[in-house]
Amino acid sequence: MSEALERSPFLLTKADAFITWAQKNSLWPFGSGLACCAIEMIATAAARYDIARFGMELFRASPRQADLFIVAGTVTNKMAPVLRRLWDQMPDPKWAMAMGNCAIGGGPFPTYSVLQGVDRIIPVDVYVAGCPPTPQGLIHGLMTLQEKIARSHPTKEILDPDARRRS
Amino acid sequence: MPEDAADRTGLDGILEALTGRFPGAVLAGAFERNELSVRLAKESLASVLRFLKDEAGFNALEDIAVFDNLGAAGGDGRFTVVYRLCRFPGALRLRLAADVAEGASLPSAVPVYRSADWAAREAFDMFGVLFDGHPDLRRIYMPDDFEGHPLRKDFPLAGRNGGA
Amino acid sequence: MELREYDLNMGPQHPSTHGVLRLKLAVDNEVVLGVEPVLGYLHRGMEKLWESLTYHQVVPLTDRLDYLASLSNNLGYCLTVEKLAGIEVPGRARYIRVVLAELQRLASHLAWVGFMANDIGAMSVLLYAFEAREDVLDIFEEYCGARLTLHGIRIGGAVRDLDAPLVARIRAVLGKVPDRLDDVRALLDENRIWKERTVGVGRLSGADAVAHGLTGPALRASGVPWDMRKDIPYSSYDDFDFEVPLGANGDVYDRYLVRLGEIGQSIRIVRQALDGLPDGEFAAKVPRVLKIAPGEAFHTIEAPKGVLGFTVRSNGTDKPERVKMRSPSFINLQALDAMCRGYMFSDVIGILGSLDIVLGEIDK
Repeated sequence: MSEALERSPFLLTKADAFITWAQKNSLWPFGSGLACCAIEMIATAAARYDIARFGMELFRASPRQADLFIVAGTVTNKMAPVLRRLWDQMPDPKWAMAMGNCAIGGGPFPTYSVLQGVDRIIPVDVYVAGCPPTPQGLIHGLMTLQEKIARSHPTKEILDPDARRRS
Repeated sequence: MPEDAADRTGLDGILEALTGRFPGAVLAGAFERNELSVRLAKESLASVLRFLKDEAGFNALEDIAVFDNLGAAGGDGRFTVVYRLCRFPGALRLRLAADVAEGASLPSAVPVYRSADWAAREAFDMFGVLFDGHPDLRRIYMPDDFEGHPLRKDFPLAGRNGGA
Repeated sequence: MELREYDLNMGPQHPSTHGVLRLKLAVDNEVVLGVEPVLGYLHRGMEKLWESLTYHQVVPLTDRLDYLASLSNNLGYCLTVEKLAGIEVPGRARYIRVVLAELQRLASHLAWVGFMANDIGAMSVLLYAFEAREDVLDIFEEYCGARLTLHGIRIGGAVRDLDAPLVARIRAVLGKVPDRLDDVRALLDENRIWKERTVGVGRLSGADAVAHGLTGPALRASGVPWDMRKDIPYSSYDDFDFEVPLGANGDVYDRYLVRLGEIGQSIRIVRQALDGLPDGEFAAKVPRVLKIAPGEAFHTIEAPKGVLGFTVRSNGTDKPERVKMRSPSFINLQALDAMCRGYMFSDVIGILGSLDIVLGEIDK
């Protein structure tokens, strides 16, 4: 059946468009709020900036129920293994966002206890700069992620599950 | 700021009481910025704290701060441990300092002031200062298998072993 | 099968631990036998970092300590440096600092009530409280360009003057906050579920609170009237007329009432400060390269979380020899064990929330 599907790219493209539309408009964040950025993340979820209009108001406490890992705040060496484990617990498809300068590259803390960037332990899809990023900045990052998801090809992964790891 | 004569008298009285009750323990006493600062011999620390809390009414331990004197001249030890006590109401402040050498220990303040517990663990974690009689002296911030004491002057900011 | 005592792990990733706090709970069925917090998951090495920065450069990093009340951290540190260096802060600057610090207390307590209610399950209060807080953040954004990590108080004074349009905007916001607060109170004060979860829970007597070194609203809820703004006034706080709300029972409900009461008092203080704003400079002239002769100073302020203190030791250069921070949340958290014993483990969330801790400040 996969061969049959692969011979009709039109169907696959339409399927991709539908699946990515569904994914990007219902991302459930796993709010890994570590430090100050977490407060701006919560403010983005609150009434004024209203992340719910993107379908993202459901911040899950369990990684098993979430799609989007927002690393909001400083990652310390002590917390790093915990974060890696949480990432591993999230089922595919999943995306990661490094929110704030600390998650991007250690921020203002070049010290003995801070991991200089969360991309050292998990693959990051979107980087949102700021210390902390304003809610508008976070939303811009989320919209950028939505564009990235729109460009992806989930049917390839369904037909060939190892594709994501190889690409 | 309550910097009037009444406080000074109160603090004068404290200094007198200390030198009277604990001869030899008080190495120096000075008034700096309207605060009494007393240097003590570390052995007397526990009994002095007990006296200050139970008899002189210093009911709050505001802070324990450790300083690494590496490279500085004088003093009886590498580390100076400073206890900041306060008496409420009235807000009378007292600074007690005791020097301790590397690897040596100080009597713990925990039997007198319960809030000294974690502050002492922090001092141990960051500087390696040891406290006799502390109920549970182990690291509080760094992981248990961490080597070194980060706030010492000879510990690099970025850590060792590619810590960062 | 007989149920045994067991150990439960909470955190460091948990929606209600207010950050990366790990709690080890020993429970017997659902009754808590003991709580042991494990810290260090946000230890960023701030105190070490500060030794390699100039006195001025340390100020923005203090924002990241108690990130819900960054101006309070700035104020605590700047007052200590000014005490050490003998810098005289002009009258207008002192009043501006009071306005900023009290607005910050407002924002911090509003965030607190939102989080506390959300943890217990009253999620709509989070939205109401955060909306009220947004109005205050708008003022901060207009004043110093940032919402959360503000760096609005500098060594010598404040970052800029409070001009007439900004003063008018502040007054307008102060007019709105009481209404929002009334909404929150209408939802919670006499709410049966809220009271069942908070009245009589996490009780700590005044004597125990003092023995544990507790400070701030949690201490005042146990009936002990200590407030640095009254006991050791700083930055002209003794010019203002305000009350210090006290509780009677030392339970979670009282801590909630005390903080809401403090919001009302903060509004009162800001109004008085704006009415009596003296003329003059908004900051003293402080050299860009600030060298301080060797010495040591300690200063405390009443931050929204409790008594925040800084010890700064100088060595003649423009960088501090040592900066030690006395963190109110760090000391307060030690009392969690005493407050939780004998209660159910679902009460732990409420009790932890009522302490109002911030991990940035605890872990440094």
